[in-house]
Amino acid sequence: MEKLLVSPSPHIHGKDTTAKLMRDVLIALLPVTAVSIWFYGLSAIKLVVVGVLSCILVEYLIEKFLLKSKITICDCSAAVTGLLLALNLPAAAPWWVIVIGSIVAIGIAKMTFGGLGQNLFNPALVGRVFLLVSFPAIMASWTAPAPWGGEVDAFTGATPLGLIKEGLMSGKTVQEIIAANPNLSTGQLLFARAGGSAGEISVVALLLGFAWLLIRKVIKPTIPVTILVTVALFSGILWLCNPAQFTDPIFNLCTGGVMLGAIFMATDYVTSPMSTKGMIIFGVGIGILTVLIRQFGSYPEGVSFAILIMNATVPLINMYCLPKRFGRVK
Amino acid sequence: MKTFSIGGVHPNDNKISADAAIHDFDIPKVAYISMAQHLGAPAEPIVAVGDKVKVGQQIAKPSGFISAPVHSSVSGTVKAIDTIKDLAGNPCKAVIIDVEGDEWLETIDRSEKIESEIKLEPKEIVAKIAECGVVGLGGATFPTNVKLSPPPGKKAEFLIINGAECEPYLTSDYRLLIEKSEEVIIGAAIMMKALGVTKGFIGIEENKPEAIKKLSAIAPKYAGIEVVTLKKKYPQGGEKQLIKAVTGREVPSKGLPIDTGSVVQNVGTAFAVYEAVQKNKPLFEGIMTVTGDCSSAQKNFRHRVGTPMSEIMAACGGVPEDAAKVISGGPMMGKAMANLDAPTLKGTSSILYLTAEQTKRKEESNCIRCGKCVSACPMGLEPYLLNKLGRAGRMDDLEAHFVYDCIECGCCSYSCPAYIPLLDTIRLSKQRVMGIIRARAAKK
Repeated sequence: MEKLLVSPSPHIHGKDTTAKLMRDVLIALLPVTAVSIWFYGLSAIKLVVVGVLSCILVEYLIEKFLLKSKITICDCSAAVTGLLLALNLPAAAPWWVIVIGSIVAIGIAKMTFGGLGQNLFNPALVGRVFLLVSFPAIMASWTAPAPWGGEVDAFTGATPLGLIKEGLMSGKTVQEIIAANPNLSTGQLLFARAGGSAGEISVVALLLGFAWLLIRKVIKPTIPVTILVTVALFSGILWLCNPAQFTDPIFNLCTGGVMLGAIFMATDYVTSPMSTKGMIIFGVGIGILTVLIRQFGSYPEGVSFAILIMNATVPLINMYCLPKRFGRVK
Repeated sequence: MKTFSIGGVHPNDNKISADAAIHDFDIPKVAYISMAQHLGAPAEPIVAVGDKVKVGQQIAKPSGFISAPVHSSVSGTVKAIDTIKDLAGNPCKAVIIDVEGDEWLETIDRSEKIESEIKLEPKEIVAKIAECGVVGLGGATFPTNVKLSPPPGKKAEFLIINGAECEPYLTSDYRLLIEKSEEVIIGAAIMMKALGVTKGFIGIEENKPEAIKKLSAIAPKYAGIEVVTLKKKYPQGGEKQLIKAVTGREVPSKGLPIDTGSVVQNVGTAFAVYEAVQKNKPLFEGIMTVTGDCSSAQKNFRHRVGTPMSEIMAACGGVPEDAAKVISGGPMMGKAMANLDAPTLKGTSSILYLTAEQTKRKEESNCIRCGKCVSACPMGLEPYLLNKLGRAGRMDDLEAHFVYDCIECGCCSYSCPAYIPLLDTIRLSKQRVMGIIRARAAKK
């Protein structure tokens, strides 16, 4: 006892730290990362390694040489962005595409706003959408998944949502398209035979990650559940109206980026609302926009756009959806 | 199991000293009895240097409506009436007494016999409590007689005895509950009589099963008293949270507990009321815990008010080598001691040692807007926003976001993963906003 500390209460602190929460997100992404490596092999490993390293490097370089501020790469948030970006790209994407995505995600979407906690839009999604509009050909060349050791790069095909969209454009009904593509059956979609982004491959692996986030109390279930319920309800209504034109709810939940987006992208602390009421509005908005873009837009998939659009409404939602106050019952 | 509905955190309760029975701490050689033992105006000394005083003799009178008399905890000669430093290092007036022997006023009943029959009438009870200098021992040390006299137009319906002891480490209320169970219940019955209410609750957190068992066994002997088991959640023992948990009613913003028909008193206060009314003993002793993971001793003491804390620490093996902070009170709301020689007060509940690892603040990083502070706030406020507004000095916005409702429980700072000292800013902002509100009211 040399000198005693004197400071105001509270004198103890909970166990959460920013880095610990981010590490939990990385752990939650392990199952889906493992599954995509299993199915896409070396190309997935390359994607993940380049994505994570380039995001960390971009953040480091900007803080070191441009901002000359404290280096914050140890909080793991750049690693989370990098991993999410990698999981949002086609496995066959060339390495330099990911690097460009990282520069946009970290450099433009995160650091220009002031770094962690200041950005309006989810950095990984900004990166992905930038690549989507800049390199449409690369971003649409999906590799069909094949188990480890199997024939990788066997063929390059469209995603399930892409197949449906193309089919509908050429005048076929949903049933005809699914009958022509055995890979579109529900069982296949659940356990990873659908083509798409590396991280969209297995619904079960994504749900495992969701369970981890809930157990560790990193996120509340509100946002993912409202998104999934809204997507199911809205697409269900459309499907009941016209099953030849619209896909069924289960198909909608299991394809594309809905799961990945709902569990890992929409729940990003920085870009989602604070109060439960706000989270519900946010989730419902994402769900409706996703289905609208999928069913009526020209892109086959709309989760990224839906989340980014709703990101923009978060400050407004936070302003109007206040928490339940104590002692203000009418 | 009952609890409050919004917010709260779950720190590890660390009741290491729970099994240590209450011992009388030695009478000090010199007692430093502070005149600021309670919330409100400090008391005014009525003794002079050289006067002989006995244990229990009044040595200071209240100076205002919200104030309380102070009694000598020792017998001896008044050595000085001087300014001393309190535990934060701030000056305060004290009567300093050289101790000679231990001679008590004859009027005090020192027998162990439990007096269960309440002879006094309600008005006499309140007068007796005021005369004996009983103050709330749950932390705020608000004069008990004032709380037992609801303002005109307000009617009490329940008395709630706060036995939650939701602060980690503290065990003095728990020991009192199991060692003086019947006295605490009689104290409650006395206050119910004073208030004219027929329903009394004793709220105890689930982590004290022995206390719940003991009190539940005795309570049926006294009409209208019920033991309520509460969920272990901090701040369960916050006045507003306790009322919500027990009665389901919410104290309105800017309102008082009496607006819900409730009067809340701490376990220690109930015991002090018992001693004052049934034993004619003024409040000059307190129960306190000495604890901490790094502390060699885990003790519960009955101390004479005015005993230097450093003497208590010395008797418990001194301040541990690896202690980085000494706290009077719990780790969530207690005060860090800047002056270890400060004397004990009526409301002193503990000496708690924390190591650097437990208590040292980590460097603050960016707010990641995780909303953990919003979820943790038991008042439904937005600490992250109040912190931002506070740092920007936006007083109007702070008021619009109800900064004055903050109960300073510390749940926000505790739960912030970015280690932002939210409560520091909010506490300062709250004081400034309250000052503005008062100034505005005074102008009208």
